[in-house]
Amino acid sequence: MSSLIGRNLLAGPEPDPAGDAGHGPGHPPRMGFFTDTSVCIGCKACEVACKEWNAIPEDGLELTGMSYDNTQGLGADTWRHVAFIEQSKPLGHAVTAADHSDIDVLALAAQGSGTPPAEAAVTPTTPAASAASAAPDAPPAPDAAAVPGPPAPDGRTELRWLMSSDVCKHCTHAACLDVCPTGALFRTEFGTVVVQEDVCNGCGYCVPACPYGVIDQRKDDGRVFKCTMCYDRLGAGQEPACAKACPTDSIQFGPLDELRERAAARVEQLHETGVADARLYGADPEDGVGGDGAFFLLLDDPEVYGLPPDPVVTTRDLPSMWRHAGVAAATLLGGLAAVFAANRMPGGGGR
Amino acid sequence: MSDSEVRRDGVHGERPGRDALVGQGLGEGGRTARRRGRRRGRRGEQLMVPEAEFTSYYGRPVISRPTWQPRDIAGYFFLGGLAGAGSVLAAGAEVTGRPVMARALKISSLVAVSGSAAALVHDLGRPERFANMLRVFRPTSPMSMGSWLLSGYGPAAGAAALLDVTGRLPRTARAATAGAALLGPAVAAYTAVLAADTAVPAWHDAYRELPFVFTGSAATAACGMALIASPVAENGPAVGGALFGVALETAAAKAMEHRLGMVAEPYRQGRGGRLMRAAQGLSAVGAAGAALAARRSRTAAVLSGAALLAASACTRFGVFHAGVASAEDPKYTVVPQRERLARRAS
Repeated sequence: MSSLIGRNLLAGPEPDPAGDAGHGPGHPPRMGFFTDTSVCIGCKACEVACKEWNAIPEDGLELTGMSYDNTQGLGADTWRHVAFIEQSKPLGHAVTAADHSDIDVLALAAQGSGTPPAEAAVTPTTPAASAASAAPDAPPAPDAAAVPGPPAPDGRTELRWLMSSDVCKHCTHAACLDVCPTGALFRTEFGTVVVQEDVCNGCGYCVPACPYGVIDQRKDDGRVFKCTMCYDRLGAGQEPACAKACPTDSIQFGPLDELRERAAARVEQLHETGVADARLYGADPEDGVGGDGAFFLLLDDPEVYGLPPDPVVTTRDLPSMWRHAGVAAATLLGGLAAVFAANRMPGGGGR
Repeated sequence: MSDSEVRRDGVHGERPGRDALVGQGLGEGGRTARRRGRRRGRRGEQLMVPEAEFTSYYGRPVISRPTWQPRDIAGYFFLGGLAGAGSVLAAGAEVTGRPVMARALKISSLVAVSGSAAALVHDLGRPERFANMLRVFRPTSPMSMGSWLLSGYGPAAGAAALLDVTGRLPRTARAATAGAALLGPAVAAYTAVLAADTAVPAWHDAYRELPFVFTGSAATAACGMALIASPVAENGPAVGGALFGVALETAAAKAMEHRLGMVAEPYRQGRGGRLMRAAQGLSAVGAAGAALAARRSRTAAVLSGAALLAASACTRFGVFHAGVASAEDPKYTVVPQRERLARRAS
């Protein structure tokens, strides 16, 4: 553990938050999530796995009518949240408005199935062995679709769905932890931020302090809850439940250094394939929170996903806040003293 | 069930406003998703209409709304200010030979600080664990600092009041009075840091001016209390202090609204705006009444004092509700951050 004297730990890069929090030199590397939203399919397995593993209570089964997202956001009882966005935008080199006007869908429907059973590569009755051999050379159809059609004159546009599994960012400079007056929030040996439920007294200060709106109070309980990055599983050498359950490896778990390298390579790869708007979010140790322990690859601006475009840990400005408050307190004391000096009792009493 | 159907020539009978209006960010001709109407409950349905130039996720807030109850926390801001500035006035009154005013303010400070402590404990999700507040000493947490401050100020204010009323231990009484007078301004000012040290735009972005708004408002409240409780002959300092408090609060609030730009909107609109305007009106009436008549008429002094107390309460509740409104609308989080990024890029 390097000396804490003379270092500003309220903002800026901090290579070893766990060490600075007092964990010894032998502490494990900082662990994190890299959520690659370009491969998220919105299956919400992460949401379910998180709820199951952490025994999080049900928090409303409603249909929002806004999208396939009925979870709506992170909260005390939602530690993973899959955002769902529908856009009129191409994804990479996707074909713009392919013309399918020559296809008679009614005739296809009358046929009963798009592909006659005899021509299908796999049917419910195909033996397993022949299915495996038939599958690789199965798709003969793309020849027709590979030729881009003319742009649609009727204004039809391309469409893409963005899906992203949001989670607590486990900030390098965590505002929730900084402002907690009881010490209930603490930095683990993995560099993550966890609430001790037996200490939290439900003061709620962390709730508006979080620049991402992650942590929240469970109303009927009074205490606050958020993602622990499955602290219990990490301690047993397991990966968190959401990463374990993710079928596309959109949620990747590992040492943060390694994840950052992998993420940089992935962004480059996506740029090469024409997905120009792929960018990393929360990966930069120079950003307002000193980099996130859980960062993302996004395909659009952060606010599209409900994330703040330039989050800053509120305690970065705390020294200045205390100075201003000190001057204000002195102004109050001095101002009232001056008033008394100007209003000495005529009949004496003033010293 | 949806009544719309898809035919060869397009979609018919579609319901408006159901597509996710998200796209480019600010300044790139982005489309906008904004909430229309009041939010019903915590997870109500939201409708989208294009309005301002910013993007959000279905108009949902980016940060969490404070879970604090307005009556508890805005009430705590008010009572803390009343107690803290009241202790300064009490010490001043004692030193300058105004015993009635000194005793009244010592008692009001004790009652106010007891009430503020009760409000704080009441607002906890687990009130029985209030003692955990003193489990750590954490300078990065204004609430931790405030808890320690209150645990020093509260006993001092209590001793000052009780010893004054009982007339015992005069030396200890003087020490307690002086201690409370020195800690009082800190109690009145730190609550501004408590609010500012959050991600709530209307609070955090105002961190330079908010302490002055709060200490000015504290002086207003305590001088209002002094005008109500003191005889006319002792009202001189209370009148001067009220004018000082109103001037400080008004100037700081104006400077704050000017510097905040679009984030000042919640201080001008909605419930926050109404309360801030009420505070301005009440403090103008109270200050004028105090300056013109409080040294002659007991009735005028009591009425002016009541107006000043109400003005201070309106300021605290106004700031509180403006903060909540700025947290609930993603506009106040996204647009300033976008502008910050644009400035950095240029």
